[in-house]
Amino acid sequence: MCRLSAITSNAYFSPMENILALETMKEGHDGSGLGLMLKDLGGPFEEFKGYPVLSAVCSNQGLLDLDEYMKANGFKEKFTWAPNIKNVPGVERRENYLAKVYDYPESYRDKPMTEKEDLLMNTRLALRKIGETDESIFVFSFYPDVLTLKEVGDPLHVGEFFGLDKSDISAKIILAQGRQNTNYAIYLYSCHPFFIQGYGTMTNGENTAFVPIREYLSGRGNPGYIGYNSDSEVFTHILHFTNRTLGYPLHYYKDVITPLKESEIEMRSDAAALRLIKKSLRPLCIDGPNCVIGFTPDGFVFMVQDAKKLRPGAVGGKPGKYALMSEVCGVDRAVPDRDRTTDIFPMKYDTVIIAPGALEVKVWNQLHG
Amino acid sequence: MESASRLDQNHQLTLKEFPYIIQWREGRCTRCGRCTAVCPMKAIEPAVTIQRLVRSEGDNPTPKVSRTVSHVVKQVTDIERYCIGCGTCTLVCPTDAIFPEYNFQHKFYHVKNKGGIPYMRGGRRNDPSVSTLDKLKFTRISMLTDPALDAGRHEFRIRTLLGRNLPAEHLPIKVDGDRLTIGAGEFVPPVREIYPIRIGSMSIGALSPHMWEGLAMGITYLNEVEGLPVVMCSGEGGMPPSLLKSRYMKYFILQIASGYFGWDEIIRALPDMVEDPCAIEIKYGQGAKPGDGGLLQAYKVLGLIAKIRGVPQFVDLSSPPTHQTQYSIEESVAKMIQSMSMAWGFRVPVYPKISGSKTARAVLNNLARNPYAAALCIDGEDGGTGAAYNVSMDKMGHPIATNIRDCYLDLVKQGKQNELPLIAAGGVGKTGSLAANAAALIMLGASAVDIGKYIMQTAAGCFGDEHNRCNVCNLGRCPRGITTQDPKLYRRLDPDKVAERVVEVFKSADVELKKIFAPLGRSTELPIGMSDALGVGDKDIADRLSISYVC
Repeated sequence: MCRLSAITSNAYFSPMENILALETMKEGHDGSGLGLMLKDLGGPFEEFKGYPVLSAVCSNQGLLDLDEYMKANGFKEKFTWAPNIKNVPGVERRENYLAKVYDYPESYRDKPMTEKEDLLMNTRLALRKIGETDESIFVFSFYPDVLTLKEVGDPLHVGEFFGLDKSDISAKIILAQGRQNTNYAIYLYSCHPFFIQGYGTMTNGENTAFVPIREYLSGRGNPGYIGYNSDSEVFTHILHFTNRTLGYPLHYYKDVITPLKESEIEMRSDAAALRLIKKSLRPLCIDGPNCVIGFTPDGFVFMVQDAKKLRPGAVGGKPGKYALMSEVCGVDRAVPDRDRTTDIFPMKYDTVIIAPGALEVKVWNQLHG
Repeated sequence: MESASRLDQNHQLTLKEFPYIIQWREGRCTRCGRCTAVCPMKAIEPAVTIQRLVRSEGDNPTPKVSRTVSHVVKQVTDIERYCIGCGTCTLVCPTDAIFPEYNFQHKFYHVKNKGGIPYMRGGRRNDPSVSTLDKLKFTRISMLTDPALDAGRHEFRIRTLLGRNLPAEHLPIKVDGDRLTIGAGEFVPPVREIYPIRIGSMSIGALSPHMWEGLAMGITYLNEVEGLPVVMCSGEGGMPPSLLKSRYMKYFILQIASGYFGWDEIIRALPDMVEDPCAIEIKYGQGAKPGDGGLLQAYKVLGLIAKIRGVPQFVDLSSPPTHQTQYSIEESVAKMIQSMSMAWGFRVPVYPKISGSKTARAVLNNLARNPYAAALCIDGEDGGTGAAYNVSMDKMGHPIATNIRDCYLDLVKQGKQNELPLIAAGGVGKTGSLAANAAALIMLGASAVDIGKYIMQTAAGCFGDEHNRCNVCNLGRCPRGITTQDPKLYRRLDPDKVAERVVEVFKSADVELKKIFAPLGRSTELPIGMSDALGVGDKDIADRLSISYVC
């Protein structure tokens, strides 16, 4: 089973905290890759808060192509960060790992954020297309204040490979996922977490309804709903579709992916709307077993799972720092000095939502709405 | 020179030309006469023959010849009285003295056109080969990486939606703080939640009163007692007024076809209806006889049928091949859907049914743009019928698997696969694998499937098969009493027993569907379009249906 490690805090912290939490959850071989997604960046990125960060892995030629494309499209490079790579056995080094901060093209500087988000997504997709065939460019995210790192290998080794133990990279929200040990032909685009326009999620478990969901999303007319190298990428896009496209409040994500039965819907004050969305979004019902952890553009972090997820994830912490993990030992590692009696093990109706700043935790029960 | 045929019987048929040859065991026969009395075709008759008997008694051979008059059961060689292989003679024989045997060398189709009238029959395509549906298997089994479900204990929701599902972007939903509300007075098309296996359109008229009543009682029991929302379609020909005005109407889909038979009564009953029907099906075509209209032969137009349909008795009732108002798909289909919707105040889903065809996608794409179209039902070539020309049944039509798959993938391209449900019909359960065929079609993209012949075979013991056994539904001589209006015949059928079997069939299919869905890890929603679960050991089929080739 994939290991999930998310931490949200009101202070900057190192992604090594997530990786060490992942390590406590390790069982058996786990060399299938590590994905890290950092939001609300500290360290060298702190002064570039409003500027989009492009996270990519490129070959030398890919880097030239990338630079050329960005320049041709009016993006001005403001800052480049690259991890201090340390060769580690078991992790194959690629030519360039980088995160570049850009200023928007002149014509976009005064545009509303939604238009800027579309530009950023389309740029990411264009770069992906340029480098996808020959694997010269992998681009994971392009968004203000978000950084993504991915590589194949044991998470602890990959952390060491990126030099994260000695790096000043930090953030206030970090998602990390260690891929399960059933994958051998690893492709970087299939590593979690996945990102689209400010939304990031990671998942464990197998998505049995993947194909109908993928086909439904692909027909929504959003060019960003592509990829699907992992059956879990759909969870990010469902979140984006529900929250951004349809404008539904975050907790309705649960109603979309795990709709209630009619006898349960009756108890909700918004039953009439629920009945409609249950029918209309029927192909997005996930059927599990999955645990999803993610963040929204405004910095809410959440955990949700379906009824078939027999072992729930765990959420624990203290005001100012909370950990959302697939196993409670991960929470122990991330926030050892917490009151464990307040730990939350969300059940099939629950969505745990932690507000930005990690001061408030809400458990939203689907039955009560 | 005068032909010698008069003398040597050269132009008569031999039994070897016939599809079924009666095997009669003289020694067992008690000459009770039941078989000859019951034969629906009068294919056998009592006859008197003179037999030459050679006997020898004593220690040494001393053969003596004698001639005796003997009573026998004889098969006639009149092509109009051919043995249909139904086996009713066997059924009634107290001594197992008689049974029909299929004759693989028959030349039935060469000769069954006497008077220049082509062979007509009921049933479905006489093709006993393994259908595509039966070749499909379910190969995505949850093994350790995710839990397979317990079909017996896990909670499953095997339901589908019939009706136009508005896309979420067009729902009248508003965000009010952190909750969703719906705008008052905004129109949302009607959508029914039903069981994904339906009983397809078979009319009162095509079916005997006892058969139709049995089906109706069966689905009512399933809905009201078993909690399975199974619905059935009236077929063309209306419904008894008392049922139209009953609270059970919600379990029925009313069909309107090109003859509009039965609709006088329906329109008259409209003001008194206490429940809306489940849906309205507009029949444009039938998989068994594409391009042909409905046909109820005069033999079956007796009192009750004549009354419900508003026609004289004993006349052929043939519906035109197309609706008379049809000028274009916009003119005909769109207006008809509108009219039907309006008749019930836009509270009832209205959808067309067409026969499987290469043109199905064109119809689909038109419907996808018609916001009032509630679904599309496609009836494949293996569908059945009460009466049609053999050539239509055997040679016309399109298989359902590729039609459904192509249409579904077209909808996927337009993002409308949840908006416009596809209903697949024609050959579902042809060889008895109802749940597997239904599940395969669902995974290819159908939202629901229809059954017709299958339910006649399982619930009432219909003798028909793909070796042309029986298949005299058109003549009103159904030996089981299923497709006849002759009280002497249909009283053989106990409607209560039919209803009981309907309930058993659906309950058992429900268990089997769970046994299929559980190992796939699916329980919450019907796995519509879950094509990754399907595999087939035929590369061409795999490529054509965009599913896995497995071997």
